[in-house]
Amino acid sequence: MPNFSWPMLSLIVWLPILAGVLVMAFGSRRPNAARWFALISAVLVLLLSLALLPSFDLHTYAMQFVERAAWIPQFGIHYHLGVDGISLPLIILTAFTTVIVIISAWEVIQEKPHQYLAAFLIMEGMMNGTFAALDAIVFYFFFEGMLIPMFVVIGIWGGPRRVYATIKFFLYTFLGSVFMLIALIYMYFKGGSFSILHMQQLPLTMTEQVLIFLAFLIAFAVKIPMWPVHTWLPDAHVEAPTGGSVILAAIMLKIGGYGFLRFSLPITPDASSLLDGLMIALSLVAIVYIGFVALVQGDMKKLVAYSSISHMGFVTLGLFIIFLIAADPINMNHSGVRLALEGSMVQMISHGLISAAMFLSIGVLYDRLHSREISTYGGVVNTMPWFGAMVMVFAMANVGLPGTSGFVGEFMVILAAFKANFWIAFAAALTLIIGAAYTLWMVKRVIFGEVVNAAVSTLKDLNAREAWMLGSLVFLIILMGVWPNPLLDLMHATIEHLAQQALTSKL
Amino acid sequence: MEKIYLAIVLAPLIGALIAGLFGRPIGRAGAHWVTILGVAIAFALSLYSFYQHVWGGLPTFNGAVYTWAATDNFQFDVGFLIDHLTVLMMVVVTGVSLMVHIYTIGYMADDPGYQRFFSYISLFTFSMLMLVMANNLMQLFFGWEAVGLVSYLLIGFWYKRETAIFANLKAFLVNRVGDFGFLLGIAAILMYANTVDYATFFERLPALAGVTVQIWPGVEWSLPTVIAILLFIGAMGKSAQVPLHVWLPDSMEGPTPISALIHAATMVTAGIFMVARFSPLYELSDAALSFIMVIGAVTALFMGLLGLVQNDIKRVVAYSTLSQLGYMTVALGASAYSAAIFHLMTHAFFKALLFLAAGSVIIAMHHEQDIRKMGGLWKYMPITFVTFLIGSLALIGFPGTSGFYSKDSIIMAVEASNLPGATFAYWSVLIGVFVTALYTFRMFFLVFFGKERMDAHTRSHLHESPKVVTLPLIALAIPSLIVGYFAIDPLLFGGFFGESIKVMPEHGAMASLQAHFHGAAAMFLHGLTSPVVLLSLAGVGVAALMYLGFPDSLPKGVARVFSLPKRILDGAYGFDDFNNVVFGAGSRLLGRGLWRVGDVRMIDGWLVNGTAGLVAFTAGQWRKMQTGYLYHYAFVMILGLIGLMTWIVFVR
Repeated sequence: MPNFSWPMLSLIVWLPILAGVLVMAFGSRRPNAARWFALISAVLVLLLSLALLPSFDLHTYAMQFVERAAWIPQFGIHYHLGVDGISLPLIILTAFTTVIVIISAWEVIQEKPHQYLAAFLIMEGMMNGTFAALDAIVFYFFFEGMLIPMFVVIGIWGGPRRVYATIKFFLYTFLGSVFMLIALIYMYFKGGSFSILHMQQLPLTMTEQVLIFLAFLIAFAVKIPMWPVHTWLPDAHVEAPTGGSVILAAIMLKIGGYGFLRFSLPITPDASSLLDGLMIALSLVAIVYIGFVALVQGDMKKLVAYSSISHMGFVTLGLFIIFLIAADPINMNHSGVRLALEGSMVQMISHGLISAAMFLSIGVLYDRLHSREISTYGGVVNTMPWFGAMVMVFAMANVGLPGTSGFVGEFMVILAAFKANFWIAFAAALTLIIGAAYTLWMVKRVIFGEVVNAAVSTLKDLNAREAWMLGSLVFLIILMGVWPNPLLDLMHATIEHLAQQALTSKL
Repeated sequence: MEKIYLAIVLAPLIGALIAGLFGRPIGRAGAHWVTILGVAIAFALSLYSFYQHVWGGLPTFNGAVYTWAATDNFQFDVGFLIDHLTVLMMVVVTGVSLMVHIYTIGYMADDPGYQRFFSYISLFTFSMLMLVMANNLMQLFFGWEAVGLVSYLLIGFWYKRETAIFANLKAFLVNRVGDFGFLLGIAAILMYANTVDYATFFERLPALAGVTVQIWPGVEWSLPTVIAILLFIGAMGKSAQVPLHVWLPDSMEGPTPISALIHAATMVTAGIFMVARFSPLYELSDAALSFIMVIGAVTALFMGLLGLVQNDIKRVVAYSTLSQLGYMTVALGASAYSAAIFHLMTHAFFKALLFLAAGSVIIAMHHEQDIRKMGGLWKYMPITFVTFLIGSLALIGFPGTSGFYSKDSIIMAVEASNLPGATFAYWSVLIGVFVTALYTFRMFFLVFFGKERMDAHTRSHLHESPKVVTLPLIALAIPSLIVGYFAIDPLLFGGFFGESIKVMPEHGAMASLQAHFHGAAAMFLHGLTSPVVLLSLAGVGVAALMYLGFPDSLPKGVARVFSLPKRILDGAYGFDDFNNVVFGAGSRLLGRGLWRVGDVRMIDGWLVNGTAGLVAFTAGQWRKMQTGYLYHYAFVMILGLIGLMTWIVFVR
């Protein structure tokens, strides 16, 4: 086991929160000091999270960098952190995205910038805590806790309908997680521990499993979000400031997918298997139905929000297709199961990068003309050629072109789905056409064409800050598309173990 | 050799990156030098590889460069398979690309997007090489989509034109329909053969030949048929076969060098190449071969007919490309893979030549593309005139030209095929010969002979194009003329392709061809009197009669007599209208319906706001009970008391 003399995970969780509190202390008088302090802290956290990589053991599924201390021992609640092959990539993604968000806010946010930056740093700590938590109550604490800074971000720096959007967002996610809390408490009474790893081993009857599965489903389906509990997302995105949208799409949605991986599949394998038809159907509805809805959006943020829902459909499809694959009696070694699960994970990471890039690009335009309507723009590439080139890369990644990260996850999940059923693969592969249609139609109307109005003709191309911000995403999206293997290596052992857990009956 | 293959691929990529990212600092000349250098290196090394493999006796190379992804029990590599089929394609791709690069210096001389253009065409060369050199389906798909991307960027190169950015979106989406089938084909191969590697797949293929797949309860198809047709759907998109052909005519919105390189010589032949590469699979399915042959025949004939009514010089050539791709597809269906690749090669030369020569005409005409406004150009631009003539003769299969050898081989192969649909295909390609000659020489006569119909200003500026334009024309005219004569014997009958193309003995088209083949010279002599050549001469004759003999009366008269067929042809059989209404408007309608009714009215309206409304309504009703009047409360109390007492007295 690798050893650090520092409690690395605690640092990754609490350092940003502490930094957030300190940033607040700068007050609105010294905005530049606040910005630099926030940026340096975020970069530091990113470096800390990357520092875990060299000593991360690829050959074990066991939790690594574990920290454990009694918190509320009367109730068996421990401060218990650790990471494995599915949480570590998500933590690095969170740390990276936070740096990008802080850069994106630099001179854009003029109203109380210190509070804005503080909110994102605190959010980062909460999200890292969610991914690193090994105790259900610690998980729940962070899971709910991150809503508060997001609520504030949308409520203060949001658009005109921000009150409706925040309340909708809050009620949805909060109501969902209440059911999860009930399930967690039930399992505590049954097994005597809030340890997630302990819960994964807890024997449960089918009825218990189904009820627990449904409780988790409500919580995670809202987060991902799955049809039909998805309508909060477009509203939240439209009203949120750019940074809020980026974190929402890149990280918060992933917590739903992560929840399925960490809780639903290992804790309730039989219920997951029983209800896989429902999950697959909802995933396909997300991929196809939502794709068509995205096609007709006139608001760029709404379009990308719907596109996110559609792409997240591949995550849930990959997670629950495994039971159909394993049900094939000829397929003795369950070939395709790990392909599906790793495909889902890759899709989450990739969508984190791509959706961040898309929302940042919309932000770049919004900062200049204060409109998100497609019809406001046209011929942007004439005045912003570098921006146009980068948007082209992001659009192609969103379309799932090979050579970009967007291809890898979808490719893996579609291949795996074919192992389960031709028609499921058929429906999922429709995204090739629909995704291209809504993405490139938007690109055509916004980026290409003659300059449509005087406002567009005054646009200035990317400044250095924006170029670095988007350029780094271009680099990562292509790197991950050309060579995804290192990322897969990171998760092999964990996914192998997870597949075993999910396919082993508890009855 | 491995390093050489890598260099072949990377040289154009590096050129593209330098020209694309540093276009401004290196300037226009820098951009064309660096990309031409990259492609020239690739071409020289391709020639070297060709020499080493074909004459040097180098064995087939099959190796991975790096592991893209290893997951589950699958491995996805990036690697090369270099055999005779590959080296031939490499030489064709880099050779035509080099000519197009040089030509572009002249054609795009005044364009503000000069560096961007060079960057794109070098990027295209890289993608196309990745496609043909792949040793597995994942990389093939990468190349497949990457050439699609560059094609998208180049059709929309003049992004200010509404027609251009409509055409590139259309091209991408139609190709995506094909890729959709292609991806499912890859998935099917991975599912049943557990690999995406060509060689491993072909090894495991015999064991899969008998497997059947249930498409629908009660409907079982053989696995090779399912995979073969799914992959072919991809080829239909990329190689523009009916009904996925609709994007190719519109792709002419791109600059002319692109039409030559991508939409005639290389990218559109990717589908043909893919089917030839998978000949061991296609040989296992007569049903798929028949399907391919019929699709190809329909494309060959009916797209050729559309060439008759086009007035845009590039569109005539574009429809002829569609038709020729149909010929190649027919050959594939007849198991004459080598003939298809042979025609692919000769077509790459003479069609690139025709496009570039048409471009030269367009330069002279100040970007006027309507052939009705040209005429008599032969005396102003002699080099263009002669090379255009060579290209046209090769296209119609005039005896001795390269097109003659490849097209005649295809027609004879189809004649010898005995699959269902072969008779239909045979008659289609035969009539197609007449049609090809007619539309080709209609264009030729209208452009170079007859009255000079351009305006006075254009006429006063007519002159031959600069050397960077005419040199590539000459360089392409030579192979268009002679490559067939030298290549037919080794390529079709000399076992050039060896193990890379496999034909079952029961598909005897090529074998029967071989029995009738007595050398290229004999074929030429026999060709002088064959019905095929007579048909094409008849086509030229009719064109001459109409556009040289009676240009003022006869074309109009013919149009009047055949007014209904002409209307159908003018509407291109209504494919575009159908797609616009059903798929274009239809999907927007569906999307709007799902959004407004599903999301907004039902989920948000009834469920979300409905729940909120219900809570508010109930609370509102409840509030009304709190009237504050004492007698109301007293009345309710009395009612309660009576109820309670009744219950105690009677029920208990």
